[in-house]
Amino acid sequence: MDFLNAFVALSNFVLIPAIAYGSQLALGALGVTLIYGILRFSNFAHGDTMAFGTMVAILFTWWFQSMGISLGPLPTALLAIPFGIAGAAALLLLTDRVVYRFYRAQKAKPVILVIVSMGVMFIYNGLTRVVLGPDDQRFADGERFLIGALDFRRMTGLEEGLAIKSTQAITLVTAIIVVALLFWFLTYTRTGKSMRAYSDNEDLALLSGINPERVVMVTWLIVAALATIAGVLYGLDKSYKPFTYFQLLLPVFASAIVGGLGSPLGAIAGGFIIAFSEVGIVYAWKRVVAHMVPEAWEPEGLLQLLSTDYKFAVSFVILVIVLLFRPTGLFRGKAV
Amino acid sequence: MTTVIRVEDLHRHFGGFHAVDGATLEIADGSITGLVGPNGAGKTTLFNVVAGALPPTSGRVFMDGEDITGLPPHELFHEGLLRTFQIAHEFPSMTCRENLMMVPGSQSGETLWNAWIGRGRIAQEERALLKKADEVLDFLTVSHLKDEKAGNLSGGQKKLLELGRTMMVDAKVVFLDEVGAGVNRTLLNTIGDAIKRLNEERGYTFCMIEHDMDFIGRLCDPVIVMAEGKVLAEGSIDQIKSNDAVIEAYLGTGLKNKETAS
Repeated sequence: MDFLNAFVALSNFVLIPAIAYGSQLALGALGVTLIYGILRFSNFAHGDTMAFGTMVAILFTWWFQSMGISLGPLPTALLAIPFGIAGAAALLLLTDRVVYRFYRAQKAKPVILVIVSMGVMFIYNGLTRVVLGPDDQRFADGERFLIGALDFRRMTGLEEGLAIKSTQAITLVTAIIVVALLFWFLTYTRTGKSMRAYSDNEDLALLSGINPERVVMVTWLIVAALATIAGVLYGLDKSYKPFTYFQLLLPVFASAIVGGLGSPLGAIAGGFIIAFSEVGIVYAWKRVVAHMVPEAWEPEGLLQLLSTDYKFAVSFVILVIVLLFRPTGLFRGKAV
Repeated sequence: MTTVIRVEDLHRHFGGFHAVDGATLEIADGSITGLVGPNGAGKTTLFNVVAGALPPTSGRVFMDGEDITGLPPHELFHEGLLRTFQIAHEFPSMTCRENLMMVPGSQSGETLWNAWIGRGRIAQEERALLKKADEVLDFLTVSHLKDEKAGNLSGGQKKLLELGRTMMVDAKVVFLDEVGAGVNRTLLNTIGDAIKRLNEERGYTFCMIEHDMDFIGRLCDPVIVMAEGKVLAEGSIDQIKSNDAVIEAYLGTGLKNKETAS
């Protein structure tokens, strides 16, 4: 029995990857939840907004790399994030101008806006693939590991290794900073308050003289920032492929709904719940268990609940369970 | 007396149903005009059209001689036209104080840029607003509720909060939609006093939908009666009470027929 080794194995294969993945999902879900709370529809184009913002960031990263600009041990992509945000913001504001504004003026029902956002999703998706192609793109550089598995073993003398990728550390730190800024913004600034007011009661916000177009514009800008940051972090941590981002839509939505659509706090909690479930259920627990039980009891199977191919089924199952037993989500968002 | 609001031949149809069917009326500057009529007379729809919540099917609305037909509510707000709702609206997740401080919109902290940069000026603005919000809550005798979430207030207190919202700025015309409905007597007196004081001290013009005739009689002159989407009569409360057409609209023709028969 060796709890220390078991814990290290658990951290290495479950905790750390899930925390990084959870942060990425949380940032994505925050964007979805803000749009739902303020513009009142589920934005299916969010995954592809992430893909587009990331694409712009990648193009700038390559340009910086070709000019020899770098951040040393940190990935150059961090420098390109502001440009990615600007690109995504331009695209979102343009879309709002030519598409969503029309439906807002019509006071279209949310379900119509959802379908509209699906159309927008296909356009974004095509746009990204036309510019960058459908293939995997590599843009990560800088130091790959904060702590390597070998170093860790040498340092501690443990049997199990623990590797922390620098992208995982960057993801967590960035996510904490972004979330703190967002909550500060929503709670204390006048703009944030008018956004919350608009989300609470649109009619009354208008009667208080709040300009709806301005609230909508600010929302899109914030969403552009959240989507691009989430997208770049995910791309750095795993890999960038436009279609992967489209698939990311499901866990992102699951996170937002599990936490309660329209509730920023819920989006964060939801992101981590989905991430931990996905990683935990497709992980082969044999290694961790082997350290915990006497040798004779060592399991023969892999102790993997589901094969990795079924990763997305996990989000679905959690989604269904939450919708059945608590339709407004864990943090009581707006009714779906 | 000058006219502040003029409604000209206003129509608003919902499919085949003519909620407002050619209403024409004027509201005098500085008056407290009552708007009464049986349920379904089109009073609230008229409010909704005038206050920009619904576009009219046809007809015009003027404020100080300027055409304001179809302007959105937040622009009307900046023209000085405010309204309250029949079922009180509030920002439930914010405190009463914050609710009031949301008014007026378009403060300088509301641009993305200023939110991060111009902190000093915004802080100053917010301090002034905070002071004003506390004064308003004091005026409405609910200062003990200032840190309470507005969603937890009683129906009557929400109505007070709605009235409070109109006091955060210098409004010109305020449309009150059944501000007294579902409010107990004491609170109703508070609301009535507040309306009177605002009218006298700050020159607010009020137009209020109300069913409580005592309340109307105490505050309103003139009173406009609507029925079936049209303006039926206008005059002082006594004139209205003795108007045959009005009695007919409220009580039907049966009663009168019986009277003439006997």
